Amino acid sequence: MFTVFWSVLHRDLLLAMRRRTDVLTTLFFFVIVVSLFPLGVGTERAVLRVLGPGVVWVAALLASMLALERLFAADYEDGTLEQLLLTDQPLVLLTLAKVTAHWLLTGLPLVLIAPLVGMQYHLTDSSVAVMMLSLLLGTPVLSLIGAIGAALTLGLRGGGILLALLILPLYIPVLVYGAGAVTVGAVALGEAQPYLTLLAAFLAAALALAPFAAAAALRISIE
Amino acid sequence: MTKPWSRFAAPASFYPLAGRLIPVFWVLAAAFILIALYWGFFQTPDQLGGSNAQKDYYRIIFIHVGTAWMSMWLYAMLVAWAAVGLVFKTRLSFMMANAIAPTGAIFTFLALWTGAIWGRPSWGTYWDWDPRLTSELILFFLYIGYIALHSAIDDSRRADRAAALLAIVGLVMVPVIFWSINCPDPNQCAALHQRSGLGKVDGNILFAMLTMTLGLWMYSFATTLMRVRGIILTREAETAWVQDLVRAQARGS
Repeated sequence: MFTVFWSVLHRDLLLAMRRRTDVLTTLFFFVIVVSLFPLGVGTERAVLRVLGPGVVWVAALLASMLALERLFAADYEDGTLEQLLLTDQPLVLLTLAKVTAHWLLTGLPLVLIAPLVGMQYHLTDSSVAVMMLSLLLGTPVLSLIGAIGAALTLGLRGGGILLALLILPLYIPVLVYGAGAVTVGAVALGEAQPYLTLLAAFLAAALALAPFAAAAALRISIE
Repeated sequence: MTKPWSRFAAPASFYPLAGRLIPVFWVLAAAFILIALYWGFFQTPDQLGGSNAQKDYYRIIFIHVGTAWMSMWLYAMLVAWAAVGLVFKTRLSFMMANAIAPTGAIFTFLALWTGAIWGRPSWGTYWDWDPRLTSELILFFLYIGYIALHSAIDDSRRADRAAALLAIVGLVMVPVIFWSINCPDPNQCAALHQRSGLGKVDGNILFAMLTMTLGLWMYSFATTLMRVRGIILTREAETAWVQDLVRAQARGS
């Protein structure tokens, strides 16, 4: 059963490595959005320190959402997705594999680039550590919830903007606790722990539930 | 297998039933709303509270609370119909869910709007990032998302099921979202909004408020049934009974 998971994961990663620009576009989108805020609100250090966590998290939300369109779209267009649905393997596992690959390609790079962004906002080292940890726990949740929306809007006209409308409200809890962890962690490092624990709880719940919803959505979209 | 309740699951037999129920609900809605307005304007105190008194403008509460309650209740009903549709594969359930959505969205908007009008004189601001306000705004987004997804899909079967799934996912997320807004700091979940039990409300105000809510509920029934009749006619336009109906009406007029 897990060979299916690995083979889909391997295939998606391989495909993405053949077209690296897709991965880099998401990453640079994130960096650009984050870089625009200081130009808009001014470059005062105190202001940037306050804004930093929220801006980084909102940018991560947007980047992960924009990347979602590609989660199933290519496979849908060339018919691969239909074949995946026709196999006798559990669709939940296939969906989970695709979401995992998607997170490795779009979520993980955001976590790794966080220190660079932290420098732009004059965040302390410990704040950057908390931010990386919160992104590491939070971005998989974004990919998992987003997969439901991506599956529902598969092949629709204006799918991207519709996806934003459907998914962004559902991202709110991750945003609240992700940005909250960094903000609180900047004052006292230990205080961030409950926030991170909650994010981990969201991740566990999303891992258990979201693949089923996404699989059901895929079945509805492809009949 | 024709149980009495399942007979009306067929759009063809529900259509005339809805037609007979609509006037009843309109009359009930008008009666309840008129009673509530009279009671709210003439049988309630002119001002509330102690040092920072709520003057006559507090009367907006009768519409504000009713619309807010209905906005949440209608979302629950929408999800219930969507779930019934997904489980039993009944077309009419999806149509009901679909017909509820606009009324729910309007109530959500009205609750926000009346809240803003009320907030200006009493809080000094139209908008505040108070948990309840934010939750209501999110609810509005969920309604809009449902309507947008449904209207973006041309194939009505896929539209029904996709929107239904979204509504259910939304309902699962609603407690988490509301709780995260209510309790942004997990160490101390302070109640930011002033909590009020129904028992503490002045009897006359409570009566007007509950009657108004009943009236708005009856109004929701009436508009939903009217809308569902329209949806039935559009979806079933090709069937024999709709064409008979159209022909009969053409002859009658």
